[in-house]
Amino acid sequence: MSETGQGADAGPVLVLGASSDIARACAHRFAEAGHGLMLAARDVAALERDADDYRLRHGVSVTCHAFDALEPGTHAALLNDLSELPQIVLCAVGAMGDQAVSQRDPAAAALVLRANFEGPALMLGLIAEQFEARGSGVIIGISSVAGERGRASNYVYGSAKAGFTAFLSGLRNRLAGKGVQVITVLPGFVATRMTEGLDLPARLTAQPREVAEAVFRARQRGRDVVYVRPVWRLIMALIRALPEALFKRTKL
Amino acid sequence: MSTLSGWGRYPRLPTRLHAPRDPAGLAALVGGAAETGGLVARGLGRAYGDSAVGRQTVSMRHFDRMIAFDPASGQLIAEAGVSLGEIIAAFLPRGWFPAVTPGTRFVTLGGAIAADVHGKNHHIDGSFSAFVDWIELMGADGQVRRCSRQENPTLFGWTCGGMGLTGVILRAAIRLRRVESGWITQRVVPAPGLAALLEAFDTHAASPYSVAWLDCLGQGAALGRGLVMLGAHARADDLPAALRAQPFTTPRRPALALPVDLPSFALNRWSLRAFNALYYARGQRRAGPGLIDWSRYFYPLDAIGQWNRLYGRRGFVQFQCALPLDGGALGLQSLLARIEAAGTGSFLAVLKRFGPQQSAVAFPMEGYTLALDFPVNPRALALMTELDRITLDHGGRFYLAKDARLEGDLLKRADPRWARFAAMRRAEGLAGTFISAQSQRLDL
Repeated sequence: MSETGQGADAGPVLVLGASSDIARACAHRFAEAGHGLMLAARDVAALERDADDYRLRHGVSVTCHAFDALEPGTHAALLNDLSELPQIVLCAVGAMGDQAVSQRDPAAAALVLRANFEGPALMLGLIAEQFEARGSGVIIGISSVAGERGRASNYVYGSAKAGFTAFLSGLRNRLAGKGVQVITVLPGFVATRMTEGLDLPARLTAQPREVAEAVFRARQRGRDVVYVRPVWRLIMALIRALPEALFKRTKL
Repeated sequence: MSTLSGWGRYPRLPTRLHAPRDPAGLAALVGGAAETGGLVARGLGRAYGDSAVGRQTVSMRHFDRMIAFDPASGQLIAEAGVSLGEIIAAFLPRGWFPAVTPGTRFVTLGGAIAADVHGKNHHIDGSFSAFVDWIELMGADGQVRRCSRQENPTLFGWTCGGMGLTGVILRAAIRLRRVESGWITQRVVPAPGLAALLEAFDTHAASPYSVAWLDCLGQGAALGRGLVMLGAHARADDLPAALRAQPFTTPRRPALALPVDLPSFALNRWSLRAFNALYYARGQRRAGPGLIDWSRYFYPLDAIGQWNRLYGRRGFVQFQCALPLDGGALGLQSLLARIEAAGTGSFLAVLKRFGPQQSAVAFPMEGYTLALDFPVNPRALALMTELDRITLDHGGRFYLAKDARLEGDLLKRADPRWARFAAMRRAEGLAGTFISAQSQRLDL
């Protein structure tokens, strides 16, 4: 039923922030194709429950690892903890925070900035060094369309994602021709824990499974930047094209 | 608030939809339910009517993990939101298949147990609950109890077929069946009338699977004519050499989906009569043995996404009753004669022989079950009320997983177990917490 990858094609995938809905959907997709999984997140007990599910459904090997993106001092230890250097790393670390709180509370804003930019960038930076040395690997970063232009409603989160998007773009530029693929994923609205309770337009909102399929195909086809629902490419082109004098008066 | 309905898209009801992520989140909802009009759990929403819609509805989609599998016994432990389709995807390649499956694979474990669904093998294997070793059930007090034939056996009994009204099923241990391939050896037996059809069920009682498609617009001697479809899991040596190397690999067909509602006039007595005549003729031509893959055999309608839109925007209702072996043939005759006379017809008419069943509230009883789909309109609803009476008069009972419109009094007269069920719910403090639109309508 499912394609079963073998050898180097189906090497292990390290999933950072593996408890998120998007990460879980991606993990299922890669495991379905035969990739082993290395799950990393803060709550290892929760990962163990997921791990049994992946093993049972897909018959792949799964390991669980404690990982806190906000503790850069521990990032190298995670890599040492792994039995081998993964073939693919997928980073789904992030936190939306609350824009209103972030505006008045610098500590809360700092957390959002660090969780969406500093933590993911530093960890992927470490891995990029090792992938470059090996001469192969795939780096997948889940960023956000919110990073394409700062908006009043979520610019703290958006600016951190903008930083992450720029970081991925830089990595891609640096590693082009060195055997390392870097994919930036801009999912648009996704029905996840992060957006639970928000009133999102159904036609613009993807299910985590769609994100996973888009990510999987992007890796197969060697894509650089992925929008999950194509309509978002158009929406963001329009939003980016608006002159600032006009844009500053919009309520988006 | 949002609007929700069952698979028949009738009735559509306002509800507050929740999707808790863990038992603690669920317990908080259950704890507050008595003050907020009650709640009922919902899986994939394939019950046809209002079974899984309440003032508050709790989607179990986040309880979607498989937990353990024992290849020695075939026992799978999984959370209640895991679907049979997911189980097949994971385990058929390893030679396992659900022991009992209804006509769709888009049904969750929790839903299959709550409705105690049956399949084409009921006459031999019984209903879904026969393969449930235990469940974990959250009660009105938020406590989770293990229920099985040994532990809390009474609660276990009420829960199998209890339509989610005894609590929320969190996990279950079920036993899968060993199969040697993903193929079914099928044999189609045409029967020119009802008597021949029922005789065919008896003649082929040893066939592991059997079900009949009925032409409910057949007239006179052709009343109740149909095709009996027999099946068995193909063994490896039943397969042609080309398939034997990969016995679990079956062709993947492109998913079709009905993109819009058909206008309600698309299905009328003439289009139905034409379809039925063609389908019967095709069945006669193809009579005899053949090999068919598991999805086409068990789930022909799953191949058409949102086939419920076939009946137009107003939705459809299904009538499904069971009739006892004794006098059942006469009851079926009366039901079919009434339907034929009404000329309202049913696109999908299915007849099945049930085997013996011991259970507290589950639907099946030894005899026959007849299921008919009707578009929602005043004539069809009036006809169904008449069919209710005929069923009652012949000692039959009704399937709540399909029901959207029965009256409580009639249900309890036909099936007094539901009156005892309602009394139990009041005595055990369940009646104020677990409430569906159906349980309110039927006063359960």
